[in-house]
Amino acid sequence: MNVKLIAIAGPPSAGKTTVVKQIIRSLPDPKKAAYLKIDVVQAWEDEEIAAEFGIPTKKVYSGDMCPDHMGIMVIRDAMEWAEKKNGADYLLYESAGLCLRCTPYTKNSLGLCVISAVSGTHAPLKMAPMIALADVAVVTKIDLVSQAEKEVFRERIKEVAPDIDIIETNAVQGTGMRYLTKVIADMPPAPSEKDMLRGVPPLGVCTICIGKKEIGWQEHFGVIRQIDAPDSIYRGD
Amino acid sequence: MSSSRTEIESLTILPGTTRDGKKEGFDEIVIRPGDTFSIVGPTGSGKTAFINDIEVFAQGDTVTNRRILINGSEPGEALVRDPSKKPIAMITQNTKCLADLIVSEFLEMHIRSRKLDGQGIMEKTISVANEFTGEKISPHMRMSALSGGQTRSLFIADAIVISNTPIILLDEVENAGIFKDRVIEVLREEKKAIIFVTHDPYVALLTGTRIVMGNGAVTKILTPGRKEEETLAEIARMDAKITHLRERIRAGDLLSGLEGVEA
Repeated sequence: MNVKLIAIAGPPSAGKTTVVKQIIRSLPDPKKAAYLKIDVVQAWEDEEIAAEFGIPTKKVYSGDMCPDHMGIMVIRDAMEWAEKKNGADYLLYESAGLCLRCTPYTKNSLGLCVISAVSGTHAPLKMAPMIALADVAVVTKIDLVSQAEKEVFRERIKEVAPDIDIIETNAVQGTGMRYLTKVIADMPPAPSEKDMLRGVPPLGVCTICIGKKEIGWQEHFGVIRQIDAPDSIYRGD
Repeated sequence: MSSSRTEIESLTILPGTTRDGKKEGFDEIVIRPGDTFSIVGPTGSGKTAFINDIEVFAQGDTVTNRRILINGSEPGEALVRDPSKKPIAMITQNTKCLADLIVSEFLEMHIRSRKLDGQGIMEKTISVANEFTGEKISPHMRMSALSGGQTRSLFIADAIVISNTPIILLDEVENAGIFKDRVIEVLREEKKAIIFVTHDPYVALLTGTRIVMGNGAVTKILTPGRKEEETLAEIARMDAKITHLRERIRAGDLLSGLEGVEA
């Protein structure tokens, strides 16, 4: 495999697609990129990006399934599709950005977590797993906050992931993206199509997953929790 | 306070392009500590883009294609990306604070991120901010509940006391209803390089250099020297009158004529 795999995660409306477009624009040859969007019921980003850059794009809908689960199932085929079928050097795959609990980063990929600077000081703590496992936090909409807010937001991200690379950008204009361009230029391609998730996904098969609608732990078996169960902060492992 | 910071002797702006793709009509603009600049021009003429370029240390990677140098060369990555080393603070027109914290928590986090010794810095920041605003800010107020003027005052004070940056960019300081005279006075005492984007004649005439914008580019650079001295004195008097009237209206007075205004 010779494709560079770039995973773009982040909550809805953080600016993931705008970041994707800036990345494609900054590549030495934008035509060498392929794009995969994973979403739940509706997405148009693939059409938008195909129209703007004339590159191969694809989308998959997860429907009743968790979209990150969907991503884990299809990403190997997607790499094959991008490289063997389309001769792409880069595969950018954008997650649906929903629960922020599971993260789509694999060991072979560059994990980008896109967070908007206007999402509030507590946002990085709420998105802890998604940030903790990423290589780079891309902070968007930076032009809408003050210097002090920027620094405080940064501090919050560092609380979750002390060593993460933080890139602040007004993604619409592309300011600050030159640092991300450098990270992408320096990353190695995926060594093989065999790859692993970076973190352990949440426990997925339970009596709720299989369709049991009753409420209360008394009605279920497997992984159950009671109201006074100890809290735990998930840090990606 | 931040000893690791690069000493700033000069910040140089190299020309970019107009909206029609022509080269901007200047060779370079050099800003040194203690210099004051105003950026004037009609709305949409590129004033905010100009200070944005400075704030992000553009390297031909913004719509204007300008480049910014520090001490004559391209700034190093740490200086641009590490906020505690960054020599610039910009106070934007967006005066809504989005941080969902109380004032003291917010300032404490900022002090921590700047790796400063917190003793008394928070109190000093709030007291400087309260010189600029009519309704006082107290440490337990929620940041998101502060008014536009209070937020702007706090961010200016923060830039002076906590960020303590040598270069401060202010986007339309006159618009938030704060005591701009006092702001300018404090900034001058602190020997900062200050760049105002402004529509206010008084602020514009107070600065040493005036940069005129049009069509997304710099069209003129004026250094009036003493030529505008008389006009400035007159505008200062007019401004004092307007300020006095504003304060009386704010205090709920009914005005009949301009009595008391000369005082």
